[in-house]
This record gives sequence, structure tokens and C-alpha cells, in this order.
Amino acid sequence: MNEHSTYEFLRQLADSWGLLAMAILWLGLALWPFRPGAKQRNREAANLIFKDQNDGE
Amino acid sequence: MESLTTRAVMWFVLLLLAVMAAALAHDAAFAAQMVIVAIAMGAFLWWTLYSAKVDTAGNWLRAPNDEGRYDDDPVRWGVIATMFWGIAGFTAGLFIALQLAFPALNFEPWLNFGRVRPLHTSAVIFAFGGNALIATSFYIVQRTCRARLAFPGLARFVFWGYQLFIVLAATGYLLGVSQGKEYAEPEWYVDWLLTIVWVAYLLVFVMTIIKRKEPHIYVANWFFLAFILTVAMLHVVNNLDVPVSLLGSRSYPLFGGVQGALVQWWYGHNAVGFFLTAGFLAMMYYFVPKQAERPVYSYRLSIIHFWSLIFLYIWAGPHHLHYTALPDWAQTLGMVFSVMLWMPSWGGMINGLMTLNGAWDKIRTDPIIRMMVWALAFYGMSTFEGPMLSIKAVNAMSHYTDWTIGHVHSGALGWNGMITFAALYYLAPRLWGRERLYSLRMVNWHFWLATLGIVFYASSMWVAGIMQGYMWREYGADGYLVNSFAETVSVMWPYYVARALGGLLFIAGAVIMVYNIWMTILGHMREEKPLTTAAHNPEADRPLVAQPAE
Repeated sequence: MNEHSTYEFLRQLADSWGLLAMAILWLGLALWPFRPGAKQRNREAANLIFKDQNDGE
Repeated sequence: MESLTTRAVMWFVLLLLAVMAAALAHDAAFAAQMVIVAIAMGAFLWWTLYSAKVDTAGNWLRAPNDEGRYDDDPVRWGVIATMFWGIAGFTAGLFIALQLAFPALNFEPWLNFGRVRPLHTSAVIFAFGGNALIATSFYIVQRTCRARLAFPGLARFVFWGYQLFIVLAATGYLLGVSQGKEYAEPEWYVDWLLTIVWVAYLLVFVMTIIKRKEPHIYVANWFFLAFILTVAMLHVVNNLDVPVSLLGSRSYPLFGGVQGALVQWWYGHNAVGFFLTAGFLAMMYYFVPKQAERPVYSYRLSIIHFWSLIFLYIWAGPHHLHYTALPDWAQTLGMVFSVMLWMPSWGGMINGLMTLNGAWDKIRTDPIIRMMVWALAFYGMSTFEGPMLSIKAVNAMSHYTDWTIGHVHSGALGWNGMITFAALYYLAPRLWGRERLYSLRMVNWHFWLATLGIVFYASSMWVAGIMQGYMWREYGADGYLVNSFAETVSVMWPYYVARALGGLLFIAGAVIMVYNIWMTILGHMREEKPLTTAAHNPEADRPLVAQPAE
């Protein structure tokens, strides 16, 4: 790595640790609703739009 | 009273500043734009004083701060503005489509293709789409949070400030004021206005979420919030310009060359990803379950859809710069992320469609559901076509051809248009307290006219684009190009006419919608045969009695 080049530094960060960190963060967020005990919460969340069947103002 | 004085003084000072700017302007276009600003500031000032007078008399025009009712006035205005700008933007589109087929329609200088084309794109994306997004986000965030809109005054400023942004942008294009960046044409002072309006929008939206009564934040609000935040970031970074003078309409960008191009397409593609996709997906995640009267197929899938879209879309922009001076690895990165986007997009489409699981008959009986399903089908089609076009080998042929235009319109007319129409049909009777729409049969007509229009549009542009791409790259045995550019233009004529016909059909459908919703607002209900009736034969509707033998 050329120490004097920000371009080289950022480019190499982007395709190594940066990519890994983003991938792990994405995986964590995507798997979060699959954690044990989340099933009921998901069902409630999906149905919360029907609590106000009368949508008047 | 103090706040009234402060507000009146503020509008008055801004009015004076606009008049001075118009008088001292360095170019005629800037002077004209400042006159428009002055008129708007005058209107705001007049309204501030007038509503205060009415307030003392009857308190019927100012937003009553009743926390037990949803604040729907900005939503109602938004529905009307969406219809108005929709017709304006579609008509501008038809006009430029006809200009391509009949060049005599280029009326110099204000109405030539180069000036009306950004007017069309901004009118349909930012005016029609933007008003639909602001209106539906204000409607949905209140219902899903079970809380009244925060900062009612600021919400009204968001609506009217946004209309001023549209008027300034549109008149600016016709006067020749443009940065020349696709989907980011407005000049620096209009960009500054939009920044202020957008921060106000973010504040109203976030503060409504903060004061929510529901513990969970429904997924539609995640999409809206991603849309508002990302558009703020994109808009500011892509418009880091230095004005030549504070009294002139010209500015120069901070980034030059390939950096400027990359920033522009990072902005441009994410305008598609976060404005036209995330925001409209928020509508989908609320209105489709509500109209189908069943919860979304999988809430988990909606969350995966959300995070995958957010993480992938932001890197897809470089696919607009294939085979340019952009580093090759950046082009490949843009392509790879675009191809990966196919999966969450189809996950979202499946999630929306499968919401109808067990109620598929509604596609036949409910034209609003049919529009929603059709919108989702077009979302799926254009999010398949997009990744395919982003592959470098395909792009080498398709780029700069009308295939791109066809792709954009199957997404914009099919997905954004149809889901917006469905949302407007859903909202109109509820917002104005009507029992039902004026006519469901007219929704049916709108559906078929719009569908036929899109079919004409997309298919003619597919054929035209592929033909154009192959004609451009056709080499003879001696290594020379076979076709001159003018030849590739002249063979496009029948497709340009077919495209204009598609646009005309699409507008015809939209005009029917405007009439239908207008009559709904007025409280009329059309006497009509219902769309579906189960068979009933009164003759056979009796007990079976044994007949005596003869």
C-alpha cells in the first residue's frame, strides 16, 4: 500500500475490512427478526395497521 | 400574538429581499425567478395576517390543535396537488414525445426539447411523485403511530414550500436556468430552498414518530425515513456548488471531471432507489395490506427487504458510467451491486403479491387491488430489467439507446404511477368522509387505459432501443460503421409515434381519475352496476316439493 495515497488507502479499506464490517452489520440486521421469541412481535407488528378499522380523521 | 408578529415580519423581510434581488439581478432569468419568490412571500404574508383575522372570528381555518383527531389538511392538499402535477407532468411528457416524432413542435427558445424534457422529468418525479410521497407519508405516519402530526405549522410550510420549489424549478428550466445534471437541474438558490423544506419535512416526520402511541414503528415508516434521510444526504452532496454571484442564477460545482460524474450518478441512481423505490415501497407496505384487509405476507421478509435495499442500492450508481473514465473496478462494483439488488427487489415484490394469498379473487372484483398487483408486477419487471441492463456486456449495447427510456417508463408508469393511483383511490373517500368512490367502473377504465398505454410505450421503446443499439455498432466487412447516425434516427419514427400514442392513453386514464376523484370530493356517487354479482335465480329459489305422478 502506498502510504501517500488516500485513494489507495480508501480503495483497499473498501474491499477488505470495510466490506467485511458492512456485511456483518447487514447480516445482523437481517437476522434480527429471526431471533427466538420474535414471532409474536412480528405478528403484532404486521397487524398493528388494523387496530383503527375506522380510519376517519 | 408575538409569534404572529414574528411570522409576519419574517415573510415581510423575505418579500423585501426578493424584490431587491429581482431589482439588482445579474441576469433576466434570476430576476424573473425572484419575482415569483416575491409573489410567494407576499401570499405567505397575506395568509399569515388573514388567517389570524379569521382565527379571532371563528377559528375554522387554522389547524385546530385537537390531539384526538388526525391532521389531514396537508394530506388533502397533497392529493389534489398530486393529481394536478400528474396531469401537468404527463402532458409535458406527451409533448416532448411528439417533439421527437414531429420536430416542428420545438418552439424556440422556451419550449424546445432541451428545456421541456427536464420539466417533464422533474414534474413527474418530484412534483407528482414528491407530492404523493409527502401526502401519503403524513397520512401513514399518523395512522401507524396513532398520533397527530407534530408541528402542524411546519407541516403546512413543508407542503407550500415544496410547491414553491416545484414552480421555481419548472419556470427556471423554461427560462434556461439549469445545472445540466440529470434529475438535479435546479440551480443553487432553488437547491437551498429545497434543503430548508426537506429539513422541515424530516423534523415533522421524526417528531411524529417520537410522539407515537404504538410501541412498534411500522415498516412503512422505516422506508419513509430512509427515503427522507437519504434524499437529504444525496441532495446536499450533489449540489455542493459555488454561486458565481448571490444575485445571479449561475453556479459551479465543487467536484469536477470523473469525480463530479460519479457523485452525480451516485445521486441519480439513489434518487431512483430511495425516492422512487423506498418511498413508494412504504406506500405499498401500508396500502396493499389495508386494501386487501389482511396483514403483509411476511413481516420478517419486509425487514430483510428493507435492510438489503438500503445496503445494496447506495453502491449501484456507477453502472450509469460503464466504459467511461471511471476506474474499471468501480464500474464492476456498480454492476455487481445492481445484480445483487435483484434479490431483495423480488423478495419485496413476492411479499406484496403474497399478501393477497387466500384473497386472489379480489384481483377480479376490486380494481384498486388490481392496480396494486399490477404495480407490484411492474416493480418486479423493472427491477429484473434494471440489473440486466447494468451488466457491462448488455450495457455496451443498450446504453444511450431508447431501451433505457423504455426501462425507466415501465418502472415509472407501471410501478410508481399505478401504486400512486391506487393510493389516491384509497385515500379520496376516507379523507373527504365519503362512503365510497364516485365510480369503481371508472377505476377499471383507468386501469385498462393506463395498462394499454404502458404496453405501447414499453414495447415500442424495447424494439426501438435494441434496433438503435445494434445499428450503432454494426460494422461492415471493411471495418467501417454501416449506418450513419441520421439513418438510425429516421428508422425510429414509427416507434416514436407508437410511444406518443402510449403516453396519450396513459393521460386519458389519468384524466378519468381526476374526474372520478373530483366527483368523490364533491360527494357524488355514480349509479352503476356493481363489478361483480353472484348468480341468483329467484325462480329456482324455493323448496323442492314432490309432484303427484300422472
